[in-house]
Amino acid sequence: MADRDTLSPRRALRPVGGHPAFKGPLIALVVIVTALMVGGPLAVIFASAFSSGIAAYGAKLADPATLHAIFLTVLVALVVVPINIAFGIAAAWAVGKFDFPGRSLLIALIDVPYSVSPIVAGVAYLFVYGAQGLFGPMLEAAGIKIMFALPAIFLASMFVTAPYVARELIPLMQAQGTDEEEAALSLGASGLRTFILVTLPNIRWALIYGAILCNARVMGEFGAVSVVSGNIRGVTNTLPLQVELLYQDYNVAGAFAAASVLALIGVATIIARGIVERIQRKAEG
Amino acid sequence: MRRRTLPGFSLALGTTVLYLGTIVLLPLAALMLKAADIGPERFVAIITSPRSLAAISVTLTTALWATAFNAVYGLAFAWVLARYDFPGKRILDAVVDIPFALPTAVAGLALTALFAKNGWFGAPLAEWGLQVVYTPLGIAIAMAFTSLPFVVRTVQPVIEDLAHDVEEAARSLGASDLDIARRVIFPAIFPAFLAGCSLAFARSLGEFGAVIFIAGNQPMKTEIVALLTFIRLEEFDYPAAAAISAVMLLAAFALLVATNAIQAWHVRRAGVD
Repeated sequence: MADRDTLSPRRALRPVGGHPAFKGPLIALVVIVTALMVGGPLAVIFASAFSSGIAAYGAKLADPATLHAIFLTVLVALVVVPINIAFGIAAAWAVGKFDFPGRSLLIALIDVPYSVSPIVAGVAYLFVYGAQGLFGPMLEAAGIKIMFALPAIFLASMFVTAPYVARELIPLMQAQGTDEEEAALSLGASGLRTFILVTLPNIRWALIYGAILCNARVMGEFGAVSVVSGNIRGVTNTLPLQVELLYQDYNVAGAFAAASVLALIGVATIIARGIVERIQRKAEG
Repeated sequence: MRRRTLPGFSLALGTTVLYLGTIVLLPLAALMLKAADIGPERFVAIITSPRSLAAISVTLTTALWATAFNAVYGLAFAWVLARYDFPGKRILDAVVDIPFALPTAVAGLALTALFAKNGWFGAPLAEWGLQVVYTPLGIAIAMAFTSLPFVVRTVQPVIEDLAHDVEEAARSLGASDLDIARRVIFPAIFPAFLAGCSLAFARSLGEFGAVIFIAGNQPMKTEIVALLTFIRLEEFDYPAAAAISAVMLLAAFALLVATNAIQAWHVRRAGVD
């Protein structure tokens, strides 16, 4: 310690956990476990999907029920993701830009779907719109079918993804405050114009990020949709349900082909997220 | 207190409350009403039936294993990402989120193929006499996979934001790495760590898609609560489905409340934020 003053503090003080005998093995351990635990499942999907060649793979995907499941999954995403974006913006605007009694309760409420099992969500919807649910008899009398049909898939997907966009936007809008918007308003801009020209550019990357995550969850949701959809082959079967159906039918190759499409969407989601983050970092300098 | 000068408050709040009310609260309230309708005696009978109790016990045990694994692995993962520089770090950072981006049914299918007796992992493990598919261990692995990102993603930013000066001060006073980790770093990351573990545990308790492929789903042995609910629905036994779902929902809420309470207690006691 006598010569401490002659050394720069950075050199003298090794960061915690910076010893090579600790650092190297720890990195290696994390990399190996991750390669096995995350890389393994991804690799096995594509290896199994393509095990009998590209032609066989194409034929499995061209199965009419699988094609319909892909169509339905895309349709659900096209309906639910925009709704979730609209809700996310509204929630973040209310919670991020204003202070009001009950604000923290509202934030907690937005997060609830994160903690609720998708199966519980599905069952809960059954008790609202199903034959034995709150509105079931009323809807039946009016001839409106929600359960075991497309509307139920939309609703269940809206439940499980409720926090996705809002959660990305709230901290950002809160941190950005209201100064820029107030300046625009004081210069005579309308509320809508202020939102489009001032707020939206500030939140666009977080918005895209949230929408990408929301899309992945909508396309991949299994538990909630499998309760409310009724699993009707070629009618209300989304792609994740089709994977299970094929697997139950002992059509393992078909299940892997369908799963590989979903896995590709998942990988694309991760890559898209990386690109968005990189652009964002560049934009921030 | 500044006056509200921005427009659109009522519209935004109205939309938010309406959406949360109809999409989130209404179904959960309907579920609780249905469960309350059953009557306490029947409710207790459903929940304490041997099959329900076995499912609850399997689910709790495997979710605890999965969460314990992710607590250790997730903490190491977050530390490695936040504190070290090495080639391939960005890829590792991106890979963390794959379990969230991969649909649970796909994860379940893939894990079942990997750990099957003739699978890439299952074959070598079988030589050691270890069977994973159709056992509680398989359930725990599926749960650990789907809840992997929670601990990493809640702890990583907190480690990145830790002020280095406290560690340096402790170091210059002669504290060892272990001392600093235990008395300086861990207390600072504890609230985030707890939140991550709690989210991972909640997710594991409710996991369905990934588990049903690998579990084998044998009643009394490898049947999880979420699946039992699903089976009761398919049997049109709605009271049972309502009762079991209500218990799952209450467990999720209890977990949230307990996590917040422990965090608040920790902040009071340690004076860290």
